[in-house]
Amino acid sequence: MEKVLMKGNEAIAEAAIRAGCKGYFSYPITPQSEIAEYMVRHLPEAGGVFLQGESEVAVGYMVLGAAGCGERVMTSSSGPGISLMSESLSFLAAQQCPAVIVNIMRTGPGLGGILPSQADYFQATKGGGHGDFRLLVLAPSSIQEAVEMVMEGFPLAEKYRNPVMILGDGLIGQMMEPVSFPEHLITRPSNKDAWAANGMDTRNSDKRNVLKSLSLDPDEMHEHNKSLQEKYDRMRRNEIRYKAYNLDTDYELLITCFGIMARVCGTVVDKLKEEGIEVGMIRPQSLFPFPEEAIRQAASKTGCKQVLCVELNMGQMVEDVEKAVQGACPVTWYGNAGGAIPPPKEIIAHIHSLLNR
Amino acid sequence: MGKAFKKAEALSDRPTHYCPGCTHGVIHRMVGEVIDELGIRGKTVGVAPVGCSVLAHEYFEFDFMEAAHGRAPAVATGIKRVRPDLNVFTYQGDGDLASIGTAEIIHAANRGEKITAVFVNNAIYGMTGGQMAPTTMPGQRTTTSPFGRNVHDVGMPMRVSELLSALETPAYIAREAVIKPKYIMKAKRAIKKAFQYQMEGKCFSLVELVSICPTNWGMTPQNSVKWAEEILLLYYKPGEYKLPEEM
Amino acid sequence: MKFRHFIDIDKCKGCGLCVIVCPKKNLKLSEELNKKGYYSALQKNPENCLFCTSCCIMCPDVAITITESAEEETE
Repeated sequence: MEKVLMKGNEAIAEAAIRAGCKGYFSYPITPQSEIAEYMVRHLPEAGGVFLQGESEVAVGYMVLGAAGCGERVMTSSSGPGISLMSESLSFLAAQQCPAVIVNIMRTGPGLGGILPSQADYFQATKGGGHGDFRLLVLAPSSIQEAVEMVMEGFPLAEKYRNPVMILGDGLIGQMMEPVSFPEHLITRPSNKDAWAANGMDTRNSDKRNVLKSLSLDPDEMHEHNKSLQEKYDRMRRNEIRYKAYNLDTDYELLITCFGIMARVCGTVVDKLKEEGIEVGMIRPQSLFPFPEEAIRQAASKTGCKQVLCVELNMGQMVEDVEKAVQGACPVTWYGNAGGAIPPPKEIIAHIHSLLNR
Repeated sequence: MGKAFKKAEALSDRPTHYCPGCTHGVIHRMVGEVIDELGIRGKTVGVAPVGCSVLAHEYFEFDFMEAAHGRAPAVATGIKRVRPDLNVFTYQGDGDLASIGTAEIIHAANRGEKITAVFVNNAIYGMTGGQMAPTTMPGQRTTTSPFGRNVHDVGMPMRVSELLSALETPAYIAREAVIKPKYIMKAKRAIKKAFQYQMEGKCFSLVELVSICPTNWGMTPQNSVKWAEEILLLYYKPGEYKLPEEM
Repeated sequence: MKFRHFIDIDKCKGCGLCVIVCPKKNLKLSEELNKKGYYSALQKNPENCLFCTSCCIMCPDVAITITESAEEETE
């Protein structure tokens, strides 16, 4: 399959076009504006619709409308924009509308900065909006992975009738890497006539479809919530993805990390191995559903004395890792929230101190 | 002498939850009739955000979507952009459109989205129990302006039709009232005209409809009509404020 | 052409707007309560009705209809 050198943001846009994205709505925000700049030139040529909204709030609801009438839809933003979209993410989940939401994270909180960050982990996996709902969250560590996750995002969103979030970061967005767009990941949009509000004539039916989430009846509301949770349980059973590295050795420390940090920590594992120190690594690709079981097993392997969670924030995924490890051994965090990527030697030094070597 | 009168097919015969004398029901009836008369029930999607009319989908017989408070024009934009063959309209109250949803309605109008906004102005927040809205009149008492709207504190009521008409993009902007048959007849014509502009793919259309809210105004329906005619209609003057042909 | 004016008593919420707008002042609110506890509207004298539909247009609950039937108007 021929590879082409592309900037992450543009590759993400191209991946969406290849995946049959019909509507793309977004608002400019660094570090991901190139997605829109690529989409405006290429999506219409592919028969799709591009529109820049007046705010991420409005964009979130344009996505709701377009998704609600059964079309494949995507938006992209960065942390502050996703914060503004959080209410519409709740509506997308509640009204069960499939959509792909790309977050190219930047440092925060507040206005923050434009350098890479992973500080929207809580927002993506726990705080997407009000009410009991989840986003299916995939975190790419390379541009190739970002491309594949976007292409798989559309059918996944339709499979669960739920928004799917691709959680990248400024590096994924801004780096250039050779990528290919695997043909086998191209899927046809599923038929949504059963629920979409796309006009009765479209379905040539005289039964109307209504997409709503208001319910004043407590039993109906609880039943609705149970049906949503049933989907999230199905995600937990079917959609967990992670990468393991060097777990087939007697490692004395387990690194957990995600996204771009997996690139850095992979080098850390290799370098420490040269020094005769075995370190295992497990890298969730799906942040929800979270690979709890895999992490628990890796942390409880004999010889593993502690777990180190390395992330570009002040310690977020570490809480989920701690929960997964259930006290089998101590779990600590190492990271940086300023946007400067800790180089391998900095992490190696930290591990030396943890292992008092 | 005389003529028949029956419920439109596009309107359900489910009894509504609206208060006695609330003219939401009159507007629902007209929207239903217009959709029947234009024969577009199978190609129409309605969008109702939060407000008394959030339950509007219960009262129509075609596809509907709920939107968050103030966001119906954005939802409608999303639908219309990916399915330009559908007729899309929003049904919004003044608390929804003129307050939290101001950006959405202004930008939908400014982009010239080929959607229709049915905008019900009863100068108050209904569903949440009668709070002051951007359209509440000077001195008008509400639960959040118990001593009457103080224009020195919260400014003058917002005239949406005039505000939107100042935009350059072609549009059909009209204001009518639904408080008496003579006004209602004009309102029906304006609603139909708005939908027709959309069907022709010509421009954005919005019809502002001055309406009464007896319960939250604390008046009988009869007195509400009187107050609306003597106070509201002087400030919110009916008329066609913008025609696409003027461009 | 024979018209029949009909008020669906159970849909009426007794708001009285029809009573105001009837050009013949031919409508009033009944003394009995309907199922929902409203004093629903009714015609004072069916013969006076002009079938002008003012009440139908004004009614927020579309509770008033006028049906047309083919048989001749009987004196």
